[in-house]
This record gives sequence, structure tokens and C-alpha cells, in this order.
Amino acid sequence: MSKLVLERLVAKFGSDVLETHSDFGDDTARVSPEIWRAVGEFLRKDPALDFDLFVDLCGVDYPERADTGERVEVVLHLYSIGRRHRVRIKTRVGDQDMERAELESLTSIWSGANWFEREVYDMSGVTFRGHPDLRRILMYPEFVGHPLLKDYPANKTQPLVPYRSEAEAGVPLEKLAPFREDEGMSFPRRGPGHAVTPVADRERD
Amino acid sequence: MSATRTVALDGNESGFATSKLGPLLAWARKYSLFQYPFVTACCGMEFMSVASPRFDVARFGAEAPRFSPRQSDLLWVVGTISQRQAPVLRRIYEQMMDPKWVLAFGTCASCGGFYDNYTTIPGIDKIIPCDVYVPGCPPRPEAVLDGLLLLQDKIASGDRTPGVVQSGVVKPREDPLLTLRKKSDAERPLRDASTKAQAPRASAGSPRATPVVPRKHDDDLPEDLDEEDNDADEGVE
Repeated sequence: MSKLVLERLVAKFGSDVLETHSDFGDDTARVSPEIWRAVGEFLRKDPALDFDLFVDLCGVDYPERADTGERVEVVLHLYSIGRRHRVRIKTRVGDQDMERAELESLTSIWSGANWFEREVYDMSGVTFRGHPDLRRILMYPEFVGHPLLKDYPANKTQPLVPYRSEAEAGVPLEKLAPFREDEGMSFPRRGPGHAVTPVADRERD
Repeated sequence: MSATRTVALDGNESGFATSKLGPLLAWARKYSLFQYPFVTACCGMEFMSVASPRFDVARFGAEAPRFSPRQSDLLWVVGTISQRQAPVLRRIYEQMMDPKWVLAFGTCASCGGFYDNYTTIPGIDKIIPCDVYVPGCPPRPEAVLDGLLLLQDKIASGDRTPGVVQSGVVKPREDPLLTLRKKSDAERPLRDASTKAQAPRASAGSPRATPVVPRKHDDDLPEDLDEEDNDADEGVE
């Protein structure tokens, strides 16, 4: 994979491109959130880059980075149909209370970004300034919180229809947990003040 | 009630039969279930299999789908029900006319399956009454037909108790394999009673959780049938 994309990006934005790598042939750049939209415009309009296909946008929660205001990593994937190259752009926003977890919307550059930004907002709580219609897309409007943030209790439900009582149903409604603790798919309960230890390997990604 | 005589009528002969209204209605209902398929997930593929000619739910009088809940008797809840769909499912159920029945098709509809999280209803019985639960992820068509037959048993006996997991709610049906075996056994010398009772059950492959009453002797069968008749005599003479 040529490093053309990353080189042009660094040449244009300098130290605002915080890190780059091309592991496994995937060109990746992490940029500061302030230039998020400018990077998007540059990638779209520069004739040598010409990223005309919006592929994916998602948010990833790293609670251990909350202290530095880098809690949620927003990951953008792009592809150029004409040039046949790809790039992955990342940025990090938000602190422990998800303050300042906001970015400029990319909807006016790629209209395909519309629903993806709504999904990132719904699941991870990142707001996008300038989005035409920023509301939940997967969960219902009554839902409180953002379920893919790791401090959302994994098995907490917010029913729209109140559950029937066992007296009304006439049968036991409580179900067994699908997996035991030792079966690898249970969710450890995080009490208040539970500190998530940073994993050194996870810092590099 | 105990002695039943079968008469075959020929040509222009005529005759009459007597019954009670309740059992007659139940008999009609259980073989003319109009279904509303509420299909949301991968179980729908198995539902198609059940409905299509290879397994052919039409054999049991339940082949007519009605895509209006107002014309349906049986609500098939096929697949995962998310919290967001709960109001829809609840309203569909409320729009159905009495008498109405609900069958939970597959593990997700029965208990939420492995979706133990923010998005899924852990079993449709949390929001609507459910008559029969068919386990499986997805269930094989045989299991679904088994569940349907259980439901027909419930309809015939007028039993509205939810669920089939409790002992005694639904009696084990007569197993056709056992019946066949019984006929041939009469002509054959007796074998070990325990193997005789277990083997046909295993080959029938019924995956439901209903406790199976082991039948040590062939004489159990007519007794079972008699009891079932007595359960249903709520009708007018």
C-alpha cells in the first residue's frame, strides 16, 4: 500500500496529525478533533486523494483514557473508487462525563454520513455539530443513556411496555442467566469507584 | 362415553352423531387456526420451512396466514423481539379476537436467548400471555409441529394455562409410533418392557420439555384418551 495518502495528510496538517501507521496495509491516521471536518474536506476534494465513498463511522469507548479527554474514539473509513485506495481516520473526544464529546458533522461532505453519525450519537453519545437531524436511530426516544459506553450496565433494560407481573402471568417469568460467570460471556458488575486498569497493549491500536 | 362404535356408511345410507357443544367447538377450532406470523428474525427461515410443502403445516389445519390480526386465532411470534418492537407486538395481540392463542417460536421469543442486554425482551411472556413455547435456535420444523400439536391438545381440552413446562398442564399425546408398535407387539412375544417404552420416544425426536410419562404397558393409552375426554366436558349437552 502506498503511503501517499498519509504523506499528503501530514504535509497538509502537520502536527495536528497525531500519529500514523500502516499496519497490515491499512493506512491509519489519528488526528486532533479540531481539524476533523477540515480533514474530511481535504480527503474529499484533493484530486490526488479523491475519497468519494464513505464506508463507515463508529465510536469506541475507552474509559481508561477519560482523564485526558480522549474517552471515545471515533473511527472513519473511506474509500476512493477512482484511485482505489482506502484510509482510516481516528480521533478521540470526551471525558469521563462525556463533556466536550462533540465533532463537526461530515454530512455535508458525504451525505452517507448522516445515519452513521446518528448511530454514533445513539450508541456512544458523541454529538455532531451541524448535523441536519441528530436523533437516535437504533434505540427509541425514551431511552436514557448510550448503551455502548462501557459504564452502561450491560444487562440493564428500559422497557417501553411494562412487564407483566408473575401473578398476572401465572407462571414464573424470571429466566436463568444464559451463561455462568465462568463461561466467558457474563458481564462483571462494576460497582461505583471501580477503576478500569489500562492495558498497555490496548494503547496502541 | 367409554364405548365408541365406528360405523361406515355406504351409498345413500344416513346417520347421525352426538357430541357436546364445547368439545365440538374446540375440535373445530383446533383444526382451523388462522395464523398471524409475526416474523422478526432468522427463525423466519424455519417458519417458511414449516409452512411450505415439505413439512406442510396445512396438514394440521393451520396453513392460512392472515395478515390482519383481527382475522387471526394464533399469533406466531417468530424471532427476537426488541424493546422497541414490544409496543407493536402488544398492540397486535390486543387487536386479535377471542379466542386467541400465542406460540413462541424459538429461543429468543421464549426467553430472549443469549440477548441478555439492553435491547431485547427476555421472552414475550413478559408482555403478552403465551400458550406454547417451542425451544430451539432455530427449532427444527418437527419441533414446531410438535408445539402446534401441543397447542391443539390445549385447545381441545380447553386449557388456557400458560406454558407447557409444568407437569400436568398438557398431557403427553398418543405417540403414533407407539400405537403402531402396539399393534405389532400384540402378535409378537413380549420383550423387555422398558426398552419398548423408550425406543419409539427417542426416534420421534420430540425436543419439548414436557415430562414424558413412561408407558410401561400398552393399556395406558386408552386410559389417557378417556381422561382427555373428561377434561373437556364444559359444553352444553
